[in-house]
Amino acid sequence: MTVALSWVPIVAPALVAVLYALAGWRRATVWLGTGSALLMLLSGVLLAARVLGSADRITLPGPAARLDTSSFLLVDPLSVFMLIVIGSVAVLTAVATPSYLAAEISAGRASAQTAARHNMLVQTFLAAMALAVLAADVGVLWVAVEATTIVTAFLVGQRRDRPAVEAAWKYVVICSAGISLALLGIVLLNYASLRTGTGAGLSWVGLTASAGHLDPGVTRIAVVLLVIGFGTKAGLAPLHAWLPDAHSQAPAPVSALMSGVLLAVAFYAILRVKVIADLALGPGFTQTLLLVVSLVSLTVAASLLLAQRDYKRMLAYSSIEHMSLLALGAAVGGGAASAAVLLHMLGHGLAKSVLFLGAGRVLQTTGTSRIDQVRGLAGSQPGLAGCLGLGVLALIGLPPFSIFASELGIARAGLGSASPTVGWATALALLLAVVIAAALIGHTSAMLLGAPASGPGAAVAPVTLPRTTAVALGLGLTAAAALGVTAGPLTALLTAAAHTLTGAP
Amino acid sequence: MNADQMNPALYVQLLNLFAGALLLTAVLVLWRRELSVIIRVFALQGAALGGLVAVLAAGQGSVELGALAAGVLVLRAGVLPAFLRRALAEAGDDRRETRPLVNVAASLLAAAVLTLLALAVSQPLVELAPSPAIRAVPIGIAVVLIGFFVLVTRRRALSQLVGFLLMDNGITAVGFLTTSGIGLVVEVGVALDVLLIVLVLQVLAGRMREMFGGTDLDELRELRD
Repeated sequence: MTVALSWVPIVAPALVAVLYALAGWRRATVWLGTGSALLMLLSGVLLAARVLGSADRITLPGPAARLDTSSFLLVDPLSVFMLIVIGSVAVLTAVATPSYLAAEISAGRASAQTAARHNMLVQTFLAAMALAVLAADVGVLWVAVEATTIVTAFLVGQRRDRPAVEAAWKYVVICSAGISLALLGIVLLNYASLRTGTGAGLSWVGLTASAGHLDPGVTRIAVVLLVIGFGTKAGLAPLHAWLPDAHSQAPAPVSALMSGVLLAVAFYAILRVKVIADLALGPGFTQTLLLVVSLVSLTVAASLLLAQRDYKRMLAYSSIEHMSLLALGAAVGGGAASAAVLLHMLGHGLAKSVLFLGAGRVLQTTGTSRIDQVRGLAGSQPGLAGCLGLGVLALIGLPPFSIFASELGIARAGLGSASPTVGWATALALLLAVVIAAALIGHTSAMLLGAPASGPGAAVAPVTLPRTTAVALGLGLTAAAALGVTAGPLTALLTAAAHTLTGAP
Repeated sequence: MNADQMNPALYVQLLNLFAGALLLTAVLVLWRRELSVIIRVFALQGAALGGLVAVLAAGQGSVELGALAAGVLVLRAGVLPAFLRRALAEAGDDRRETRPLVNVAASLLAAAVLTLLALAVSQPLVELAPSPAIRAVPIGIAVVLIGFFVLVTRRRALSQLVGFLLMDNGITAVGFLTTSGIGLVVEVGVALDVLLIVLVLQVLAGRMREMFGGTDLDELRELRD
């Protein structure tokens, strides 16, 4: 039963993808995608109950048991939490997708065929991400993460105009080069693992158990390659250049998924690698590496946000900021910071998907993605403007939204750290986060409150927000706010997942 | 590894021969500018990689590794070069790497530096388990670095693609030299991913040609801050 349940989040979207390929985009298939997203979330919740119910971490023998790994899927609190993050954001975007596609089709920018292909690719994308977080083996995780690049390449390039093709090219080249470095890291880790003679191979459980015997010299090289490689996919410096292009050119629901969960899935790989690295090399090595990566990425994000002219790129740079904060939290380490990092992933996913879905609607109604050409949104589209405003407040970490709680958690752990380097780095990061918050508020308030453009053709009839989009935006904001007030039943899962991250075997 | 399945001296010689061919072909890619020649050199490198895996298979007397060697040969000396040739045929007169960011002489110098760097970096790898196969690992790392260099300095879509594939050849070589591969499922998954990435990039290069009238990546300047 548990075995079957753990395959649901991978198999359900894959099947729905096949259905979209066969049946196309028609009345009967419009809500299939939402159904599979709900199934993913539901199976995540049920698995969470089971994991917390059983005293130990459970590993399930999969159908691949006769291959060289003894089990194919790993279901522990951390992977189940990631599944819930993917499921929640998938539900939000899936609810908003039909009205987004309907608007694109009626504007003549897409056809029913494009819509069917869009949904097929998105469902495959969801299946690949679910496989990535549930894989028991680093190699399978790599294959799944690389598969997300392949699937999303055509989603990024969906509009087929010059900027979209350019973004897709850069996305595929930079991400696959970066992720190749991670593959080299995996190969070297496998070599170190083979030399321990424990037969651990590349399974997360085996590697964690035998981490103390890994050769430090080889492991050090492997860890650097893995952090840079998966960091590329997570939008961290030095190979972050693809992110603003891809996130600004992809269709809104895809941007929401890429920013809200794909980055988090890549970061999940770094978190798992860190557990092994800390046991093999001591905590200092990855800590320094992650602190450097985090501060460099934050600086990049802050400097490019200040004078940003495009609101989708603005949101993309804010994703780099939040990934840097995750890296900071991971560098700080310890139970409290790890739980805060995980909560931050979920909070960022919810807030960012609300904002990308809202920004997609702004682009559809105004026809421009320039900040200075969108003015007075609060007057013309009050509902949408309200959601965007609240979304930005959630993003910069104001209470009651959950990012406030998680940033506070990371900051407290960082400033209270015994190491002065970590303390100073946290202080610097907070300063940069304040700069970024100011830039976001400035740009957004100009868009929402600024005087509407006057002159010929400026008078636009008020546009109503499609009901399903409004539901998705409202749902996301409510969830983010509720999480900020109390993590409720998630608290136990967060604690257990943080326990996995602090390396207790 | 144990070499009792074949004459040890011959095993080491063949291993070094194929590893040397791997590095030589990587450098040749940097040297030549004619894209059709680059593709031919790349196919040669695929054959050298297949030969390397075959020697390891013979050395260990492993049938499974022998089958993998055949797979590597088909994919990297047959299928991938065929894709590249098709992409080149579609490209029309776009046949030369006209203006690399770094000229040929400097590129060759960079290749020498990168090879030395690979030797220095892989010291801990060699020390862990010195054997003829492990001693060849720095060459695999050098090929990865040279591939990365090609990727960042070349301005044609097709040469960037070759750079990516050089990196991948290098990683595959390191994988087989250190541990005889990383498990069948992952090995097949990786090969499939690489194949699909090449297809995706080929389609995108085609669209780029439609819209920009060429695949000079300097044309990609719509998106910037």
